Amino acid sequence: MDSRKDYRAPLSQQPLTIEKPTDLTAIGGTITVEINEKKVVVPLGTTILDACKMAGISIPTLCHHEDLCIAGVCRICVVEVEGMRTLQASCAFPITAPIKIKTSTPMVRKARRHIIDLMLSEHYGECYSCVRNGNCELQNLAKEYGVDGYTFGHVDKPRYEIDRSSYAVIRDMSKCILCKRCVRTCIDLQEVGVLESIGRGDMTHISTFLEKPLSDVICINCGQCINRCPTAALRANDPSDEIWRAIDDPKKHVVIQTAPSPRAAICEEFGMEAGTSLTQELNTALKRIGFDKVFDTNFTADLTIIEEGTELIIRLYKALVGKDASVSLPQFTSCSPGWVKYLEHYYPEYLDNLSSAKSPQQMFGSLIKTFYAQKNGVNPEDIVSVALMPCSAKKFECNRPEMADSGYKDVDYGLTTREMAKMIKEAGINLPEMPKSHFDDPFGEASGAGLIFGATGGVMEAAIRTIVEFITGAKAEDIFANANVVDVRGFDGIKYMEIPLGDKFGPVPGLIAHLVPNWDWLKGATLKVAVAHGTANAKKVMDDIKAGGKFSECHFIEFMACPGGCLGGGGQPIPTTPEIRMKRAQAIYAEDESLELRKSHENPHITKIYEEFLTEGPCSHLSHKLLHTHYVKRGKYII
Amino acid sequence: MLILEKNAMTEEIEKLVEKYGPERSSLLPILQDIQRDHKSIPDFAQQEVARLLDIHPVEVFSVISFYAFLNTEAKGKFIVRLCRTITCDIKGKERIAQAIERELGITFGETTKDNKYTLEYANCLGMCDQGPAMLINDIVYANLTPEKAVKILKGVK
Repeated sequence: MDSRKDYRAPLSQQPLTIEKPTDLTAIGGTITVEINEKKVVVPLGTTILDACKMAGISIPTLCHHEDLCIAGVCRICVVEVEGMRTLQASCAFPITAPIKIKTSTPMVRKARRHIIDLMLSEHYGECYSCVRNGNCELQNLAKEYGVDGYTFGHVDKPRYEIDRSSYAVIRDMSKCILCKRCVRTCIDLQEVGVLESIGRGDMTHISTFLEKPLSDVICINCGQCINRCPTAALRANDPSDEIWRAIDDPKKHVVIQTAPSPRAAICEEFGMEAGTSLTQELNTALKRIGFDKVFDTNFTADLTIIEEGTELIIRLYKALVGKDASVSLPQFTSCSPGWVKYLEHYYPEYLDNLSSAKSPQQMFGSLIKTFYAQKNGVNPEDIVSVALMPCSAKKFECNRPEMADSGYKDVDYGLTTREMAKMIKEAGINLPEMPKSHFDDPFGEASGAGLIFGATGGVMEAAIRTIVEFITGAKAEDIFANANVVDVRGFDGIKYMEIPLGDKFGPVPGLIAHLVPNWDWLKGATLKVAVAHGTANAKKVMDDIKAGGKFSECHFIEFMACPGGCLGGGGQPIPTTPEIRMKRAQAIYAEDESLELRKSHENPHITKIYEEFLTEGPCSHLSHKLLHTHYVKRGKYII
Repeated sequence: MLILEKNAMTEEIEKLVEKYGPERSSLLPILQDIQRDHKSIPDFAQQEVARLLDIHPVEVFSVISFYAFLNTEAKGKFIVRLCRTITCDIKGKERIAQAIERELGITFGETTKDNKYTLEYANCLGMCDQGPAMLINDIVYANLTPEKAVKILKGVK
């Protein structure tokens, strides 16, 4: 969302921002306002809310969220502006004149209390049995503003039926307070367009097209709405009770794989500063809870790089040498199940571009019930495979009917970071105090390349490290300082990078020697890659490809459905803000840099699995059976 | 919906989009035209409007659900809307309501079996000085008595 023109929201929902001055020292660049009789100098066009933040005065907010456009619908942030007849919503009031603001007058306090009280009169509050108990913004505000009775009544019966149709997201509209954050998330931030307010007046509620259940509409299960919801009107489908049951069953062999993003974020659920990695503490905690084995999803992230990278090389070879016009380029990554479903709905004609490699979670699922079961002599029927993910779409992914290549349901349960934290707390474990321990064999070690999958650009960086070494034979460290591909890092919506391959090539590595004879066909070629995160940015790239623009000439594009990549996923701790995402990314990159092993193809366990199990190499028959998948043309129309 | 019907609908909406322009602001006039010609805005039409205006179907549905005079389900040929606001209420709306219900054999919110009449309440029709008032399609009938209302209903064609 760069400029006003890019906003698809109706005018009434567009922010009331005015052009920020570029030179603050120029006359009119700054304005002196008086907040509670204290003078503050702010740049022209700053909202009252931001000005108060600068002055160290806290103002309650509810419908306001850093990621979203300004709505000004909840009115909780009202303040008194001298000379104005009514109270003003501070989040939607840009300062253009030297005004006098008062944030704590009897009128403001009374208004705020009444506003909260009015929301409570519509909100079906069953706080004790609510998933958001203790982390509910409405509950906090009611406490903060001393609401001590239901002046306007209280709901004692749920008004709407709970929509449990989706594998990922549960909608309980009786708890909705109509702040419309989910609507703005779905339409503006993600451009998926599933939720809108339906009806009018006191009949207004948030619903889907034709009020269909979530499973029947084009929801991509990204869960960003869950992460924005101030109450529990939207929540993830929690499988923790089933997992407890499996753990308590002595016959079941319960294994868990943990993704990199939850490990960098779970600390927030235990009151720690964002950006503290608790990988090894988490391993111990999971063992104490009762999981039989704890594996590292990064291992299959490494495997994904080998499979997806090989697939790219095969595609390029076919297109450039074989002059095969049926080859679809650019190749898209397929790690993000939200993105996969988005493509299936919105651009089904581009499904051939999607890498057929499964996501790391699903690869691990099929390996656990085949390779691991074989090796350790466990009956795959008794294995319960759990995946700790930052993602709600993973719950949908593991329930896709085609994800049963091992002969069983590959991954039984997808668990989000929030639910894992809940389970750990339930087991009476204080995670930060746990001793450290390592992952279990036979998938013990994983590389830093797999780790950075958690941040936007990570898959691309990992792939570049491997592909460039495969082709040029040189060390990635010699091409990129410290093997850090900084061009694809960071939180820019769309990133683009060109890598000239030069004309000095190494020998074809043994792993893929049977697929390409040499690298001479790549002489003087430039590898063009792009990275997009958030489906709104993905849409921009896809529309550009459709129009034959710059991105249609790319060879490889990484897409992630959530802003910031997995670390900003819909299953991550609430709240998730740009600042918190930054800290999680720092934690992930710091951990990568601290590792010895930072390239997927150098992972000895990967080499071993290709020697022992997938003996025909990447993209072979067996790997296609277990590690690759196919997609469904879903389309947009709902009949 | 049959494919033929769908194609005809698409063509019609394309013409409407051409007429009013492919902007968000054209949404209401387009919907009103569809409503006028088809007595409802079917699911398929909503999705086609969304596609041609490059907005999401749920946004179209949201607008339709907001306005009482736009509807997604087909209604009867004559939509009878009786004013239920204070003045008409004082002036004897209840008796008119009972008379109409008895005459048509349906209650408010329902459509007769032959799809001829749909009975609804409306909020203020702006005829407070001449209440009670009702609206049949686009025509307002004021100063109603039970007998007069029944006569009007019988007379519409």
